[in-house]
Amino acid sequence: MSKPALSIENLDFNYRGASHRLFSDLNLLVQTGERFGLFGPNGAGKTTLMYCMTGLLSFQQGTIRLFGNEVTPHNKAGNKLFGFIPQDFSFYQELSPVENLEFFGAWSGLHRRQIKKRTSELLEVLGLSDVSHLPVQKFSSGMKRRVNLAIGVIHDPPILFLDEPTVGVDVQTRHAIVAYLKELNKKGTTLIYTSHQLNEAEGLCDKIALIDEGRIIAHDWLSNLLRDHKKQGLEELFINLTGKAYRDS
Amino acid sequence: MFKLRATILKDLRILVRDKVGLAMMFLLPIVLAIVITAIQNSTFELVNDNKVPMLMCNKDPGEAGEQLIKAIQKIGMFEIKQVGKEQTEKQITDRMHAKVALVAILIPPNFTAKLSTQAKIISGEALSRLGLPVDSVAVVSGGLDPITIYYHPVLQESFRQSIQGALRSALQLVENKLILKSIYFSLNEKEIPDTLEREIVNNQIPIREIAISRNGSRNIPNATQHNIPAWTIFAMFFVVISLASSVVREKLNGSFLRLRTLPTNFMMALFSKQLTYLCVTLVQVAIIFSIGAWLFPVIGLPKLNLPADLAGLVIVSVISGWCAVSYAICVGVFAQTQEQANGFGAVSIVLLAAIGGIMVPSFAMPGSFQAIMKLSPLHWCLEAYYGLFLEGGKLKDILMNILPLVGISLLLQGFTFYALKRKNLI
Repeated sequence: MSKPALSIENLDFNYRGASHRLFSDLNLLVQTGERFGLFGPNGAGKTTLMYCMTGLLSFQQGTIRLFGNEVTPHNKAGNKLFGFIPQDFSFYQELSPVENLEFFGAWSGLHRRQIKKRTSELLEVLGLSDVSHLPVQKFSSGMKRRVNLAIGVIHDPPILFLDEPTVGVDVQTRHAIVAYLKELNKKGTTLIYTSHQLNEAEGLCDKIALIDEGRIIAHDWLSNLLRDHKKQGLEELFINLTGKAYRDS
Repeated sequence: MFKLRATILKDLRILVRDKVGLAMMFLLPIVLAIVITAIQNSTFELVNDNKVPMLMCNKDPGEAGEQLIKAIQKIGMFEIKQVGKEQTEKQITDRMHAKVALVAILIPPNFTAKLSTQAKIISGEALSRLGLPVDSVAVVSGGLDPITIYYHPVLQESFRQSIQGALRSALQLVENKLILKSIYFSLNEKEIPDTLEREIVNNQIPIREIAISRNGSRNIPNATQHNIPAWTIFAMFFVVISLASSVVREKLNGSFLRLRTLPTNFMMALFSKQLTYLCVTLVQVAIIFSIGAWLFPVIGLPKLNLPADLAGLVIVSVISGWCAVSYAICVGVFAQTQEQANGFGAVSIVLLAAIGGIMVPSFAMPGSFQAIMKLSPLHWCLEAYYGLFLEGGKLKDILMNILPLVGISLLLQGFTFYALKRKNLI
């Protein structure tokens, strides 16, 4: 049997100076090739968990593995296994898409020829070829999202972490991004996705976990969860399991 | 190597596209160096070439008043405009308010009479002490009336002092002449011959100015030699505006976060920035020094004479640049926002420049500042450059200035490393 794409065992985490643990004995398994969605209200711990999974935050106890390789903040070799698409436009707006991809490609461990090939492929697929040499700061929000995505997948990682990859874009761009992610998944990339766009998530994810106050309160195939809770859609299920009260006030 | 090359290329591209940042790093310091040198040089020329306009109101009918005017003219510092003796104080000050002159001198009506009496009294006293017969002196009632000097308020204290010094020496000359004449007349019962008078009065001991230097050069350093190194250091440290805000921008927009998820050591990002900006500081040095050496003589400013020890100059420039870059990175890592980085960066550099002796010479600072001054990296940079430029020293002569600079740089790098660790960036 192949190793799971992601396994989290007995994870304990608290922020420095915080009075209580955000995660206590948290466990999670994502199999290779899944389109996995991680959802929860604001402050539930989604982004923190994603930061732990990508080695951006060090945790107090437990283990996180990507394809069997332990994740630690300083395990740079393990970073080749995943791509990360942050919610912010985490690139250089003064540079063009080509220049950004050239730089992030080098940092992802690719050689000059590989970077050139992947850059031209990605710009073509994401519809950025015509603006490939213009500074990104002149782009619309949707185009910037596509650049953000291209940078995260330049090294063709086997697992891709996506933190709100479509926030602030129009319907066309959202459809295009979701279609591209599905295409990537078909080629074998495991997706770990988080968003507040539950309609979009419903179309993208086949398996989900709901997280609330640092605990996973539901984890199964989406179809199973909807059936078990007798709900029509993800949004209804979400409200049913997490309630209507504000969480970040 | 490919990663480092890509990172440096990225930093260079961002730098080149930041037109405002480039202007701040290159254009402003050049303008500053030219303006400050030109101002200091014109102050120097004001004394030597451009004469200070002076109104002269001589109410004295005698020869001493005329002699005083001639003596003042001889100093060569003033452009004397004589006004009629009927001019009132108000008329003189009104003309000064109209900036016709910055200084005015009023010689009182009985100047010759009283000065002659004074000279006769002094010469008589001198002769009687030697046991020689002395004629009685008809004393003019009252003491000597003062010569009044009017100053325009724009004149600075130091400049007023030098004008007063010049006038005192002119006055002294007139007084001495009169005393000499009086003694000669008492002894010989005839006037002193003009040739003898000139010989005695003009036979002053010459003053020789020598600037001490390690290489035996006797050249007096000019305004350029002082200003170009000082303002080059200021420019080097002013990269804080561009570099610190670049660090903050990358922290805030998430680029740093993304870099940490990639299979490359994050320190490479900082190393690249330091290397890129170190090159920027060296380009600044090359440009500003070249301007001093080649452009200044063309625009009528004194030429910058490069030190004999060029290897020493390069080493001092590299270490100074590295210190400036270390400071900028440290500010960038600690600052939470670009406003903080820009505000603190700019103000702190002006402060460090002020206490470091860039704006006011370190010897002119109060005693309490002498210790604080040593905390400013700009002070050590300046001392090292002055050791080469003004004292004609070699690298070994300025090692004691370079070592603290290296120490401060290492300390700043240590602070940066600590902050990055604390912020979980490395």
